[in-house]
Amino acid sequence: MQLIEARPNPSRVMRWAAPPLAILLTLVVAAILFAMLGKPPLQAFHVFFIEPLETANGWSELALKASPLILIAQGLALGFRARIYNIGAEGQLLAGAICASGVAIYTDGMDAAWILPAMVVAGAVGGGLWGAIPAWLRTRYQAQETLTTLMLTYVATYLLSWLVSSPWRDPGGTNFPQSILFSEAAMFAPLFEGLRVNTSVWITVIAVPLFWLFVSRSFAAYQLAVGGEAVAAARYAGFSASRTVWLSLVVSGAAAGIAGAAEAAGPVGQLTLSLSPGYGYAAIIVAWVGRLHPLGIVLAGLLMALIYLGGEAAQVSMQLPAAISWLFQGMLLFFLLGADAFVDYRLKRRRQAAGGKE
Amino acid sequence: MLDHLIPILATTMAAATPLIFAGLGELVAERSGVINLGVEGMMLIGAVAGFAAALHWGVAGGLFFGALAGVLAVLPFAFLTLSLGTNQPATGLALTIFGIGLSAFVGQFFVSQSLPGLRPLDIPLLAQIPVLGPVLFQQTWVVYLSWLAFVLVAWVLARTRWGLILRAVGESPEAAHAIGYNVTGIRYAATCFGGAMAGMAGAYLSTVYTPLWVQNMTAGRGWIAVALVVFATWRPGRLMLGAYLFGGMTILQLHAQGLGVELPSQLLAAIPYVATIVVLVLISRDRRHLLLNLPASLGKPFISH
Amino acid sequence: MTLIKPGVGWYTPASFVSRFEPPAMSAPPRVPPPRLALCHITKRYPGVVANDDVSLSVQPGEIHAVLGENGAGKSTLMKIIYGAVQADAGQIMWNGREVRVGSPSAARQLGIGMVFQHFQLFETLTVVENIAMALEGRFDLAALAVRVKDVSEKYGLPLDPQRLVHSLSVGERQRVEIVRCLLQNPQLLILDEPTSVLTPQAVRRLFDTLRQLASEGVSILYISHKLHEIQALCHRATVMQGGRVTGETDPRNETPATLARMMIGRELPVCHAPAYAGEARAVLQIDRIRRISADPFGVSLHDISLTVNAGEVVGIAGISGNGQAELLSALSGETQGRPESVSIAGVPVGHLHAGQRRDMGLAFVPEERLGRGAVPGMSLAENFILTAHRQPALRRHGLLSFGRAREFAARCIERFDVRCNGPQSAARSLSGGNLQKFIVGREIMQAPKLMIVAQPTWGVDVGAAAFLRQTLLDLARSGVAVLVVSEELEELFEICDRIAVLAGGRLSPPVPKDQTDAEQIGLLMSGPQEQPA
Repeated sequence: MQLIEARPNPSRVMRWAAPPLAILLTLVVAAILFAMLGKPPLQAFHVFFIEPLETANGWSELALKASPLILIAQGLALGFRARIYNIGAEGQLLAGAICASGVAIYTDGMDAAWILPAMVVAGAVGGGLWGAIPAWLRTRYQAQETLTTLMLTYVATYLLSWLVSSPWRDPGGTNFPQSILFSEAAMFAPLFEGLRVNTSVWITVIAVPLFWLFVSRSFAAYQLAVGGEAVAAARYAGFSASRTVWLSLVVSGAAAGIAGAAEAAGPVGQLTLSLSPGYGYAAIIVAWVGRLHPLGIVLAGLLMALIYLGGEAAQVSMQLPAAISWLFQGMLLFFLLGADAFVDYRLKRRRQAAGGKE
Repeated sequence: MLDHLIPILATTMAAATPLIFAGLGELVAERSGVINLGVEGMMLIGAVAGFAAALHWGVAGGLFFGALAGVLAVLPFAFLTLSLGTNQPATGLALTIFGIGLSAFVGQFFVSQSLPGLRPLDIPLLAQIPVLGPVLFQQTWVVYLSWLAFVLVAWVLARTRWGLILRAVGESPEAAHAIGYNVTGIRYAATCFGGAMAGMAGAYLSTVYTPLWVQNMTAGRGWIAVALVVFATWRPGRLMLGAYLFGGMTILQLHAQGLGVELPSQLLAAIPYVATIVVLVLISRDRRHLLLNLPASLGKPFISH
Repeated sequence: MTLIKPGVGWYTPASFVSRFEPPAMSAPPRVPPPRLALCHITKRYPGVVANDDVSLSVQPGEIHAVLGENGAGKSTLMKIIYGAVQADAGQIMWNGREVRVGSPSAARQLGIGMVFQHFQLFETLTVVENIAMALEGRFDLAALAVRVKDVSEKYGLPLDPQRLVHSLSVGERQRVEIVRCLLQNPQLLILDEPTSVLTPQAVRRLFDTLRQLASEGVSILYISHKLHEIQALCHRATVMQGGRVTGETDPRNETPATLARMMIGRELPVCHAPAYAGEARAVLQIDRIRRISADPFGVSLHDISLTVNAGEVVGIAGISGNGQAELLSALSGETQGRPESVSIAGVPVGHLHAGQRRDMGLAFVPEERLGRGAVPGMSLAENFILTAHRQPALRRHGLLSFGRAREFAARCIERFDVRCNGPQSAARSLSGGNLQKFIVGREIMQAPKLMIVAQPTWGVDVGAAAFLRQTLLDLARSGVAVLVVSEELEELFEICDRIAVLAGGRLSPPVPKDQTDAEQIGLLMSGPQEQPA
């Protein structure tokens, strides 16, 4: 049942080819699925991948969705290199959104230039703190961060639910669990008249080269990579394991928190239960499909944003449930991990059972 | 007080049952060295499959098809991690995401349907014992099935050759391979057992506990089951204890306001998740004990030669 | 599933059979066929031919040595006999019949038992559970425990069936492996480098057991690279080099020199140990290290003190698992303790972590090369950074210079004769000996005051081993203090000035090498656990 053996050196070709291969395989399976549902696959692909990009609004929405995905994934990728599996970015995003919204709600009616930056900082602090809790639990008590980050996501969800239904509920609104609409000073300005894409994308645009520099050249990133591949080697070299944990979780938490602040102060404009359409989870896949590489993540983030848009379009024009984009995300990750195996392994050669002397 | 307590305890048994099924399955998989973070996804797939089957064939059919769906769902995970040696946490996560999507997709056809509830099965004589009777012996047969599953898993692990081989593979796949065992095959079997049990746990939720199909209805129970296995330090007896503790927590949370606890319901609902974290912290206090029981190869791919 | 297929030419194409002549047929009639005959076994791996046309035969009751240095192909050959690996070509004859050994369990059914060099045991299981893993038939641990006790006493291998394996000493673990084989009534017992973990006294007891087995008709295949052991024990020896058989002989009629020539084509290389002319100030001072192991399978250290001076090589003898791992990590800084417990050049460093101790002049080569001394998937250039990043040329303002790292790695490869495809090759693509040369070279290039090396030549071929030993000696004579932890007594006697013994977490006082011998050191190595029963 073992199909593979280790390659002496990792394959460069597979390292580049794995993500496109995974995308291709996902498309093939998606085509089969569409055909089974009685939707012509080509038409479905058109709805999914072409239609959303036919209008300026489509491109605006693409940027709006890709921006948080890319930002969160950059943070997560740092930890994944070190095998610190923060899978609770969704919770950190919500924590960031809550803190940023707190600033907006308590400064409502004021008009000052510092409000928006303060919200971004509050978002980073909130997300960072929400990431610091599992870091503390891991370094102090060796509690697995996979479980704690995820549990804290549920906690953040309920905290949000309580806030928007009791203390922060819009007193002037209907009985809906949501906060007041933020004032203009607490909102990112639109980049173009009439489109939703706003100035918060600059945060991502600036963050990407910084992450790229950090990952490709910094000593800290080297330590993360060593810790991820060989814990004993990191200990041997004297790299601090707990610093790795703190760095991974706090940075990824802060990045997710900023993304949460940008959601609240951007397209949503208030604190609501449906603040994030699962960006925190989708970013995990973005990080992996992007090869944990800062530039790969940009491409993967754009692709994932397109899947989101396509899912929405398919819901409207083809009556497919929105859950279908989760299905594709899961499949994409499966195929990517499978293709990835061939970076370090290769198929076992058939045993030359009959002797090689003929 | 007792009047309050008996229904709370009795419903605790029901609430703990899915955790027992899923936890025992994950425990067996982890004992063989495979950590599967896809329990949540497998439970959801089992829940929707079980619900669909139960519409025609009743609860028994629902549980069976839930388990079958769990096995089918775990196969891609098993193939990737065991035959291709992929990263186990990441692959498990993919399974969970896939399961959320697939179950929601299939589940759209069942959203407004409902099933008749399953009547409790009183065990003659035992059901009449005061307090214990209503708590333990006036349950649905699925609760009794979970006890049977516990006894079987505990017995196989501790007393049989299969259990010995499973434990050995989890500890040192290299040694097991060297003396001639098919490590990958054994891990496939253990992982599939985990899938079947998670599927059954999901089916129990949708066919007995709720009994309805609701999107994402497992609400993190799959993850709690994974945490319970750590809490149990990979021993079935402690897993049962943990499952009932958590079952009690979810039920208490529902009764809390009746018992005069002045906390908003949303914060009470977060208690089981906070408790999971607390439990993970508490268990780590005895690191030595944890290490002694930890399957040494847990999460490490095994590629022969 | 039948894995054994007697009679039929399973592997053998017709053209091959015609020139094949099994040894059994060339023997005079009525002589029983050999217990085991290997005929023209060939096994190729990508890039290497591990076994090239290997033939050998073992008679009933014969103790047959397979002699060769690391990498000669002995282990592959044994795995083929034991069914763990399948040959690409050639035949296996078992008691005169051709067989296909498809798996270890098929080998066991034939009556082939194997004692592995790296014990294939399960730490958290009991002795009897470990043994049950390899036995078929009814699963009854209580009855098996009685048999274990009987067999172990009959062959002078005392064992408590209910003990957990992790609580056993290395010698006791080997007994578990041997008893596990004996319970299957083997006709052939394979032992792979069985004495590397035994004291000289325990080696003699093992030889007694093996001779007893041979006298009962059991054939023994004895794999080793230790010449004097083979001369003391074996009736015949097949010598291998580079995957081929280079000779077959009666070792009792040979000298170590003639055997060595068959094994490596020349005399065994010897190191030069000139006297040290510099000032012998203390560089490493260990002061009463006491440590309760946090690892439940670990060993606690009891008041360990030692001084190593500049210019000398001090050896710590002893069998791994007696506190070696714990002591090394306390010295390297992978675990920390009292500041005064470890001092380097007079500065207390016991509380510092590994990186800070390197700043004080420590260099360390661990026993595990892949995964600890080097990151398997990273290139040699990246691996160079692992301990060399403190050089200002490699790191500035938190940023690394990978170009410089490549230059340094290339220099290391050249200076220390590392055979590889340049600084970009992954660490895991190197052979054990070459990776060890790279790691030792990397550490020496940090200009240390103190060099600690664990198992310097473990699994390394003779040429590389000699190179490494001479390198360490030269390093010491250049004024560095060198501490070597090794299981190989011969190696320690070759390069050390003083030798101490670590047994059961206690360190004996170091003795100058010319005032002691292997026998004395061996007695100290036994410690309290392994006194003769």
